[in-house]
Amino acid sequence: MARVVVDVMPKPEILDPQGQAVANALPRLGFEGITSVRQGKHFELEVADDVDDATLAKIAETFLANPVIEDWVVRRVDA
Amino acid sequence: MKIGVITFPGTLDDTDAQRAARYVDAEAVALWHADADLHGVDAVIVPGGFSYGDYLRAGAIARFAPVMRSVVEAAGKGMPVLGICNGFQILCEAGLLPGAMLRNAGLHFVCRDQWLRVENNTTAWSSRYEQGAEIIVPVKNMDGRYTASQATLDELEGEGRVVFRYVGVNPNGSCNDIAGITSANGRIVGLMPHPEHAIDALTGPSDDGLGMFYSALDAVVTA
Amino acid sequence: MTSTQVHIDTVARAEASPDQPQPYRELGLKDDEYQKIREILGRRPTEAELAMYSVMWSEHCSYKSSKVHFRHFKENTTEEMRSKMLAGIGENAGVVDIGDGWAVTFKVESHNHPSYVEPYQGAATGVGGIVRDIMAMGARPLAVLDPLRFGPADAPDTRRVLPGIVAGVGGYGNCLGLPNIGGEVVFDESYAGNPLVNAACVGAMRVEDLHLAHASGTGNKVILFGARTGLDGIGGVSVLASETFSGEEGGTGRKKLPAVQVGDPFTEKVLIECCLELFGERIVVGIQDLGGAGLSCATSELASAGDGGMRVWLERVPLRAEGMTPAEVLSSESQERMCAVVRPEDVPAFMRVCQKWDVIATEIGEVTDGDHLVITWHDEVVVDVPPRTVAHEGPEYHRPIARPADQDALQADVPDSLPRPSTPDELRETILRMIASPNLASRKWVTDQYDRYVRGGTVLAQPSDSGMIRIDEETGRGVALATDCNGRFCKLDPYTGAQLALAEAYRNVAVSGATPLAVSDCLNFGSPEDPAVMWQFEQAIRGIAEGCRELGIPVTGGNVSFYNQTGTTAILPTPVIAVLGVIDDVRRRIPTGIGAEAGETLLLLGETRDEFGGSEWANVVHGHLGGLPPKVDLAREKLLADVLLAGSRDGMVSAAHDLSDGGLAQALVEACLLGETGARVFVDGDPFVQLFSESAGRVLVAVPRTEELRFTDMCTARGLPWSKVGVVDPESESLEIQDVATIGLAELRTAWEGTLPALFD
Repeated sequence: MARVVVDVMPKPEILDPQGQAVANALPRLGFEGITSVRQGKHFELEVADDVDDATLAKIAETFLANPVIEDWVVRRVDA
Repeated sequence: MKIGVITFPGTLDDTDAQRAARYVDAEAVALWHADADLHGVDAVIVPGGFSYGDYLRAGAIARFAPVMRSVVEAAGKGMPVLGICNGFQILCEAGLLPGAMLRNAGLHFVCRDQWLRVENNTTAWSSRYEQGAEIIVPVKNMDGRYTASQATLDELEGEGRVVFRYVGVNPNGSCNDIAGITSANGRIVGLMPHPEHAIDALTGPSDDGLGMFYSALDAVVTA
Repeated sequence: MTSTQVHIDTVARAEASPDQPQPYRELGLKDDEYQKIREILGRRPTEAELAMYSVMWSEHCSYKSSKVHFRHFKENTTEEMRSKMLAGIGENAGVVDIGDGWAVTFKVESHNHPSYVEPYQGAATGVGGIVRDIMAMGARPLAVLDPLRFGPADAPDTRRVLPGIVAGVGGYGNCLGLPNIGGEVVFDESYAGNPLVNAACVGAMRVEDLHLAHASGTGNKVILFGARTGLDGIGGVSVLASETFSGEEGGTGRKKLPAVQVGDPFTEKVLIECCLELFGERIVVGIQDLGGAGLSCATSELASAGDGGMRVWLERVPLRAEGMTPAEVLSSESQERMCAVVRPEDVPAFMRVCQKWDVIATEIGEVTDGDHLVITWHDEVVVDVPPRTVAHEGPEYHRPIARPADQDALQADVPDSLPRPSTPDELRETILRMIASPNLASRKWVTDQYDRYVRGGTVLAQPSDSGMIRIDEETGRGVALATDCNGRFCKLDPYTGAQLALAEAYRNVAVSGATPLAVSDCLNFGSPEDPAVMWQFEQAIRGIAEGCRELGIPVTGGNVSFYNQTGTTAILPTPVIAVLGVIDDVRRRIPTGIGAEAGETLLLLGETRDEFGGSEWANVVHGHLGGLPPKVDLAREKLLADVLLAGSRDGMVSAAHDLSDGGLAQALVEACLLGETGARVFVDGDPFVQLFSESAGRVLVAVPRTEELRFTDMCTARGLPWSKVGVVDPESESLEIQDVATIGLAELRTAWEGTLPALFD
């Protein structure tokens, strides 16, 4: 078994209301110097050894992310 | 008798909570999230909606609003506080009530007329109901699945601090069918269903929700 | 970010390089349209001007194929019909006077194509857009409704599209705090690659607060407020961007920008409250929402509706992305933005209100005494145009019209020979099969995802025939709104089909106890370049216009959506009709469910004929579409509405339910299940025809037994056919149809409510 992490983020040009709301709240709470926040999703998959990278890429592209509005990164994490 | 209703950016059911207060002949006082004090009100409602879009977590940003400092302080002195839906989430985030809300079990927003059982009629917001009474009130939320550690749940159940429980259908997968809970002193109540939308059978499923607002009148008078 | 210096195409440069080739075809402009722009300007357009003209002259913004047919509305609107209208076609939304000093505005718009690409965001931004249209009239938005159409319910792609669209409608509307009070969910093969997402909104204001999109008064300031402007929805215009980055044609990624806009309902909610506070302070001279075509549209429309002159400093627009060109800033469809015209002395007060709501507001321009819209980018003139030529004087086409070659064959393919159920067992089985079919099954799975309670004014919502909201808490005055269309009827005969849609929406408003007052429409059709589609369109528009004249209610506005097709096949012609009605006191609304009072008689108003062309029975049981739709009799619909109004006023009617898709059987099942009560029913004549015919002009009413004689006497006196079809039986747990079937309410409920959850959960 291996652990695979998939991070999905809104594409840079896509509006991210969630991140924006957090960014706007920070100065009100007294935290200065944060110029931008973007909020995405983090998936951790426990994967059998015979699942290849192509399959993982397909899972990310066709299911975990919506390529129209999101970018994603798939990486294997050493246990 | 003045009932304050807080408006945060993104609050939606504030005018409805004000209307409910007027229905029981209380004076409804609009409180703004940036207000430094509570304008002399006798009780506070933190109403429903999507404060700050609920974008980080429901209630997570609102609880830091200036007015919430005054609410926490007043609650500490026994002022009746009611959190409805998003307001319940805010009270949990603010630490006035234990637990937290997760996304509904069905993963959808759920809007339905919901039966509740009154499990504790000794709080500031439930004294007008008969113990065990069943009432029908709308529930409408995305993140309404009440959850808490087993120890907290045991404590709430052991001390009779579950005020309202879902009957029939559990609309969101809440632990122990919990719809609403109270603080140890019974002055603070939070619930996911919307009593302010059950004040007139014309615009809601019943007028069963009025009891909560009448109860607050009693609580203030006898305090 | 690229370090390439973006060169800006200015008016001076355009004059100096008249022969520079421009990608106008890629932007959707035809050769002659491009030539016309050159004639208007006396030179080639700059890139920014080209972006403006191309988007404003698109079918979506200019109505170039449909405009010539709007004369039917004008020609069929009498003075009397016009008298209740405070604003009509051409404004952001129609406005009608409902009495007590209240004005109500409503509109339906399509967001079909974006919703197919990205169902959640497409639907969400559709709701956002229609709400801003209502705000732009100076009104507080009060409720939304969403007529939706999908491919076959069991098609795999419908499983992708429907849940996303429903979640988007709900996600945006719920977070925005507007109750969703009605709409439709319809399935048909023809929508498989082209779902229809229509969004309707209704709002109210005091009559004196009506705001029209005007930019008059030289020296007045133009303020852009709301969200920042980003690269949303400018896929088309990025043709220009890619050419601007010289030597980078291979792609910086900018070329293939998604045309998807992301909605931010929280920002829109704050924007609504901010706008209403600004209206309350009476410091807004004119206001315009930014929708499709963004600033191109807002600036040219505001200027041309005012005195004509406007100066804009485009670099002042707050941006979300780096390196945007003037053409991109003008074309961006970033959501949750509004543009206001404000007197200079009121600007500080305007800014204070925006600051209170944390809304970004920027003075981007001012009204000038010229007749040109001049836009600069860092002191260089990038746009210098007569604004009317952009906003209103676009091309106008007389597209060829031809009755489809197969229309006769379609109409000749009558359903008369289709095998019909006749034995009690067959009829029972047909009832259960029909109520569980996707088009007739309960919409609860969808509508339970919408907040129908927020704002505390919802008196009726789905599954009632129309939505109803209270406008005035003191007097109880309110409005009812219903949207309807049967695309199958429209396919068989678009003129009659459109009138049937009008009749159904009108009837749905009347069964709630309200008086129908005004009409809006959302005309969804295939390609206007197909003469057969244009024939359907012309027939439908004439049907609506002439029908409205007969009913005496005006069309106050509308929306046209062309190019809706799955592959090369056009969708069913789908002119969605919204009818708005007024009720002086919502406390006398008529509910849909029976059994509210002890002892009710069930009456069927209207006449039932053997009419199965385009019926849901022919569709569900035989997959058949042919013949002619049911007859429409608008004088009868008017009479029916009058009788229902009188019945409601005098407390003679305790429940009423419109008969439409699925006929009497469907209406009976719904009335029983919604009222949670049983009934005993008797049908005269051929039970199949009585139960399943879709003849128009019929309503099932429940009247208290004490009022039965008074009510039926009134019907007889007014010449409205009626028949007694049964009694409500609160003791009974079943719907008993004599000599046909007795079916328990639980079995009916399982069949009716089980379908959508089984398909989509």
